[in-house]
Amino acid sequence: MKNLYRLGLAGLALALASGSAFAQEAESLDAKVNAMFKSFTEPFVTFIFAPLPGTEFPWIVLWLVVAATIFTFYFAFVQLRWFGHAVSLVKGDYSDPNDAGEVSHFQALTTALSGTVGLGNIAGVAVAIGIGGPGATFWMILAGLLGMASKFTECTLGVKYRNEYPDGTVSGGPMYYISKGFKERGLPGGRFLAILFSIFCILGALGGGNMFQANQAHAQISGIVGDYPGWITGVVFAVVVFSVIVGGVKSIAKVTEKIVPFMGLMYVGAALIIIGLNYDQIGWAFGQIFEGAFTGLGVAGGFVGALIQGFKRAAFSNEAGVGSAAIAHSAVKTKEPITEGFVSLLEPLIDTVVICTMTALVIIITNQLIADPETGLYVLNEAGTAISTVGDTSGVALTSAAFGSAISWFPYVLALAVVLFAFSTMISWSYYGLKAWTYLFGEGKIAEITFKVIFCIFIVIGAAASLGPVIDFSDAAIFAMAVVNITGLYFLMSIVRTELSSYSKRLASGEIKKFA
Amino acid sequence: MSTTLVVGLDGEGSGDRALAYSSGLSSLIGDAEILVVYVIEWSPFSFQTAEENAQRHKRREEEISMAMERVVAPAVAKLSANNLKASGIVKHGDVATTLNLVAVEHNAAQIIVSRNSEGGFAKRVFGSATSNLVMTASVPVTVVA
Repeated sequence: MKNLYRLGLAGLALALASGSAFAQEAESLDAKVNAMFKSFTEPFVTFIFAPLPGTEFPWIVLWLVVAATIFTFYFAFVQLRWFGHAVSLVKGDYSDPNDAGEVSHFQALTTALSGTVGLGNIAGVAVAIGIGGPGATFWMILAGLLGMASKFTECTLGVKYRNEYPDGTVSGGPMYYISKGFKERGLPGGRFLAILFSIFCILGALGGGNMFQANQAHAQISGIVGDYPGWITGVVFAVVVFSVIVGGVKSIAKVTEKIVPFMGLMYVGAALIIIGLNYDQIGWAFGQIFEGAFTGLGVAGGFVGALIQGFKRAAFSNEAGVGSAAIAHSAVKTKEPITEGFVSLLEPLIDTVVICTMTALVIIITNQLIADPETGLYVLNEAGTAISTVGDTSGVALTSAAFGSAISWFPYVLALAVVLFAFSTMISWSYYGLKAWTYLFGEGKIAEITFKVIFCIFIVIGAAASLGPVIDFSDAAIFAMAVVNITGLYFLMSIVRTELSSYSKRLASGEIKKFA
Repeated sequence: MSTTLVVGLDGEGSGDRALAYSSGLSSLIGDAEILVVYVIEWSPFSFQTAEENAQRHKRREEEISMAMERVVAPAVAKLSANNLKASGIVKHGDVATTLNLVAVEHNAAQIIVSRNSEGGFAKRVFGSATSNLVMTASVPVTVVA
């Protein structure tokens, strides 16, 4: 293992050196890489984000929302009926004290949340509100509520079909439930879909789960300390991530584990304070959300524009149906796979319905969006693509300005939160990518360290260059995961219903008992 | 009916004092069994990475086996060598809560722990495992100085 670690360090050093060289020649090389990469990947990106004929609605967003709606009806509104039970499970009411020391439902939930709570909640919502107006919030909340059923389905299957190895470690996720579930049901193509999912998962992990995060973290840091070469941020991040995922430097992971939830709570707390200070405007803000949801209030594309933005950003933020959460939730200790499904349905609720809505309310209440006082409609920018904002901000800057207008020093905390969220998202996605990698190439130290070194190299590249086409491709890869995953879920959802029915009966009969 | 004495060890030298006291008490009682318990401090509400979660079961087994080998087994061997009836277990959880649960489960007459005077800021604020045990236990607790 020590030799592997040294080998990894040598590989990383080489990568960093090449990262540095890459940065020096960034001007010319960047353009070449962009052009070459774009020509290869554009057809795929265009296909994934293609709008439905005659609309601007990307079919992939409809794919996710339709699936969430089908799962909601198929499981008879599981997110409402089993919500209370999900909370009891997270509290540990049904956990056997003899299993103490194993992964709890709470731990599986927070681990999965650390992979989803991040830029989507801060920047993504601002983009949705900036383009789609306050009405986008309504559709975002609706998509979040529906997405709870998708998470329930995929995470139940994730635990049911995970691999448990003789040494006690586990591996789970869509690649396992698709291949094993299809085989069990005598369906063809399971292995093919699992391989396809794994390939998309690796690409998504290297892109959206890595390069995009490094890039945005650098943008935040340079926004505060002034512009400097991105590769420096990349190298620092790569070394820290490498220390955690390869070197097993637990202290860094431990500090992050403590700080990230604290930052999340601080973010929600600050939002609540701002909302509380403007309590007289809460009614008005919700009025804007409902009115905008069905009229658009002057935004580009009207209410359809608001709907597209809301659905799109919710899907981007909570990853329901993408399959990534099923990998994270698979490690829980439980005899009942369905219990992890119940717990996982809280994820879109916390991520989208609570945190994203907080961001939206702060932006609306602090009057960052410019409206015409006579008509009450929002004023569009010169290009007519988004709402004019105070200070002409968008994305993270819009959220930052909204919080900063009420708490002057909060933008600095927000910048730190973005960097930490980016780091925790990277750690989570390094694991998702690793599981897909080991599914393709087999479990083993060599296979693991190869992926981890590649992952760290991509951090440097992501922070150093503004590789737009690469980012587009990585986002497309994450959503391509949803195409494969949801296809698998449609064929396997009857298994989840059988589990649900069995569990429901045993809970009612008292066979499944409460320990607390 | 045999009397059960639960002895909580913390893996430090101070545990020897609790063991010595329980040996003496057991001899006085006569028909007594000493249950040596080592609790690995653990909370189901801590935060972990996905990779740590995946390896958690394996780590738990390793932790139990290491604690059994280094702390519990030598203590049980020492008691047995003195012709005392003894057994040992390793558990994960909050020390005070778990010791109390084990005592209740085994219908123990009392819990014996040693006082560990070494403590940092956290212990001053939140109290040590021993003081928490004294305040919350359902059975008598003897704290050996």
